[in-house]
Amino acid sequence: MDIAPYLLLATLEGLVQASVLMLTALGLSLVFGVMRVVNVAHGEFFMLGAVAAWVCASLIPGPPYVPFIAALLVAPLFVGALAWASDWAILKRIDYNPEATIVSTIGLMYIIQQMTLITFGPDAQAVEAPFYYTVRFPWFGYSGYKFFIIAVAVVLVGGLLYLLRHSKVGLYMRATQLDRETAQNFGIPVTKVYSGVFAVGAMLAAIGGVLVVPSQQAHYLMGHDPLLLSFVVVIVGGLGSIPGTIAAAILIGMSDGLLSVFFSPTLAKIFSTLLVALVLVFRPQGLFGKAGR
Amino acid sequence: MAEIALLKTKGLTRYFGGLKAVENVDFQIREREVRAIIGPNGAGKSTFVNLLSGRIKATSGSVEFAGEDISRMPAHKRVRKGIAYTFQITNIYGSMSVLENICVAVHNRLRPSLLSRNHVSEVDIEAEAAEAAKSVGLGDRLSEVAGTLAYGHQRLLEVAMGLALQPKLLILDEPTQGLSDSEIASFKEVVRAVNKVTTVLLIEHNMDVVMTLADQITVMERGTILAEGTPDAIMNNAAVQAAYLGARA
Amino acid sequence: MSLRNKKLFLLCLATLAGLFVLQFLLSDYLVLAFTRILILAVFAMGYNVLMGYTGLVSLGHAMFFGAGVYGAGLCSYYLGTSLPVAFLAGILAAIALSFLIGLLALRTQTVSFMIVTLMFSQAAFLLILYFSEFTGGDQGLTLPTSARSFSLFGLAVDMTSGVARYNLALSVFGVVLLGLFAFTQGPVGRLLIAVRENEDRTRMLGFDTYAIKLLAFTVSGGISGVAGALYGLMFGYIGSAFAEFKISIEALLFTLVGGPGSLLGPLVGTGLMTLLIDRLSGVTTAYLIVVGALLVVLTLWFPKGILGSLRDRWLPWLK
Repeated sequence: MDIAPYLLLATLEGLVQASVLMLTALGLSLVFGVMRVVNVAHGEFFMLGAVAAWVCASLIPGPPYVPFIAALLVAPLFVGALAWASDWAILKRIDYNPEATIVSTIGLMYIIQQMTLITFGPDAQAVEAPFYYTVRFPWFGYSGYKFFIIAVAVVLVGGLLYLLRHSKVGLYMRATQLDRETAQNFGIPVTKVYSGVFAVGAMLAAIGGVLVVPSQQAHYLMGHDPLLLSFVVVIVGGLGSIPGTIAAAILIGMSDGLLSVFFSPTLAKIFSTLLVALVLVFRPQGLFGKAGR
Repeated sequence: MAEIALLKTKGLTRYFGGLKAVENVDFQIREREVRAIIGPNGAGKSTFVNLLSGRIKATSGSVEFAGEDISRMPAHKRVRKGIAYTFQITNIYGSMSVLENICVAVHNRLRPSLLSRNHVSEVDIEAEAAEAAKSVGLGDRLSEVAGTLAYGHQRLLEVAMGLALQPKLLILDEPTQGLSDSEIASFKEVVRAVNKVTTVLLIEHNMDVVMTLADQITVMERGTILAEGTPDAIMNNAAVQAAYLGARA
Repeated sequence: MSLRNKKLFLLCLATLAGLFVLQFLLSDYLVLAFTRILILAVFAMGYNVLMGYTGLVSLGHAMFFGAGVYGAGLCSYYLGTSLPVAFLAGILAAIALSFLIGLLALRTQTVSFMIVTLMFSQAAFLLILYFSEFTGGDQGLTLPTSARSFSLFGLAVDMTSGVARYNLALSVFGVVLLGLFAFTQGPVGRLLIAVRENEDRTRMLGFDTYAIKLLAFTVSGGISGVAGALYGLMFGYIGSAFAEFKISIEALLFTLVGGPGSLLGPLVGTGLMTLLIDRLSGVTTAYLIVVGALLVVLTLWFPKGILGSLRDRWLPWLK
């Protein structure tokens, strides 16, 4: 039998995975780039997005696209507010000390995860896709919803990049990233930028969570894998580099789809964790970074 | 020259990206000399002494110390060879006592290997540390927590840690910055006493300190050596006056 | 040789004596709880060497605890070696692993160091799962009855006896405590603190700080392995849960609660936390929420822990 259909299918699956990963990892990358802190609770923001989508689906009546659209609005707002509150309650008070931030976001990770367990329960919950449309290929049909995921991710990332490059907010963020103190001296509200970036980073993860839930089910432990993969992407792409993150997300999202055809998921994870560790040890600027040539 | 150079650099160069912080410096210092390096801010003085101590790696060029090429040697080994460095910004162990701070330095000299078998007792280490503290006038503050000392005393502690290494060459990076006049006076005494047994290289902005202490002065500007000579010669050097002293007056 | 910090030494001896007496006062259930506390305290004490004294926060010490568990357990399970030999094998496995990981991880600093240790540890955990035919995976392996007792120097020890287990754990705890007293309160300990306080300064006093950190890392990992090997052999069970991320976090939490950089802090932290977690896990499955909340609270308001705060206020010798 011809290999072309399999290749096309794997590529499509890879693109879908890469799109969600791009959103999630970009959130982590943005936070690291501007604030120089690592948010270990990032995967939980993703999970909360998925759970919020389920909550919307079970509370809001009507055809499935109504709660879905509601979730696309509610989930990021809720998660963004939660992240903003965490920043205010915790990170600001430890002055964004990098090590203390990791320890306290590990704490935050457990808190969010266990709170979800208490309220949402231990079972995985399915959510219906907002619409059913099958794109017909000569060999197989493919879910139109998955093309929609790709489209949403591309639009969001494109919009974000535009905002970063061309708006005043983007300028503030870049200035803060370059030098916190100088930015402060130039009258840039650095603390507001920090809170904003932390919230936006979490919102991106939450949107990722909403988008995957029709094909993946919501579960209180589902944040682990996106966290790990985002780490891989952010570190391979070069810590804090937005273009590097996007490139790495596409590369890793695509290859993860292909690799999982040939290898067991455990082996693929072993490979990714070791990759992160070894890149940090031997090429801390990331595989795509410029320095150290 | 009759005496052998203690330290010698050839073509020593360091670029930071496109910036030439130190460029092609040939430099010599004789044993038992007090040498001052002066120059405007950004002249490359600190980078230069950091290249000597090994804290910064040279882009090119060589450093020779006591007849041995140490260009590739990591910083901690250079310290063991006898190059002690005291930081421009006070750099002590804030939570340790004065005595413990100096003990770390003495420890390195008496028991260089981490798991060494030749056991030197803590009593010996503490005795020598106390001695070093005394020589800079901190003898009655041994048990005070270093972080709580007055700024001037912290600087002296920094010097004491350098001395406790019993170095062949003591590099002092802007040692009198932030000190009061009386503290500067006693600092000068300390350097004179130290100079009886060791060579001193200091970066200094205070011209009074430079003129009273230095045997030789090296003037740096934009990463290169502008002039070198005795204090009198430097004072009368037209190029130096134009570039540095004149600008200050 | 003069003894530095006599007060602390006496406090250590008093603690050991108190722990010995404790077994006559407590119920069987609490003796078992304290057996676990003693072993986990050894783990936290190992962690404290790196985190408290040397200032390096690892998020991957589960892999060294796990190396002890599996080094000892697999040796006993597959090779049928006597328990003392298996115990040594576990310790050696942990020392070898920590030396290797240290060589790599210590090339990085702060945040990178934390992530690198975390990732190596996760890789080790996943490897245990991947080779579950050999390791037993998350189901684990139960050691055969032949591995439930041993005799050493004519002394027969039965691992199914609660009293024997407690005293064995206490002996190992005592040896590690006194060993660490010598290690941390002497000149080497001063070097660890010097690296923690100011690495650059220490390098410029002529020390190879990489070597100092590697020593601390290996000692820390080795002691974690002692705890792991003891835990696995004493309760006759090995499983992947011993190498989970949660185990690394427990070491961090116990040390934070008790006071990083104080010799007895890990014991205090482990005692309090283990008793608390035992209570809570009887009440709710979501007991980890308390672990999370404590991590946040400690970093916000109590970063020096119990003994660390006592030391800063009243007892400067409590190092």
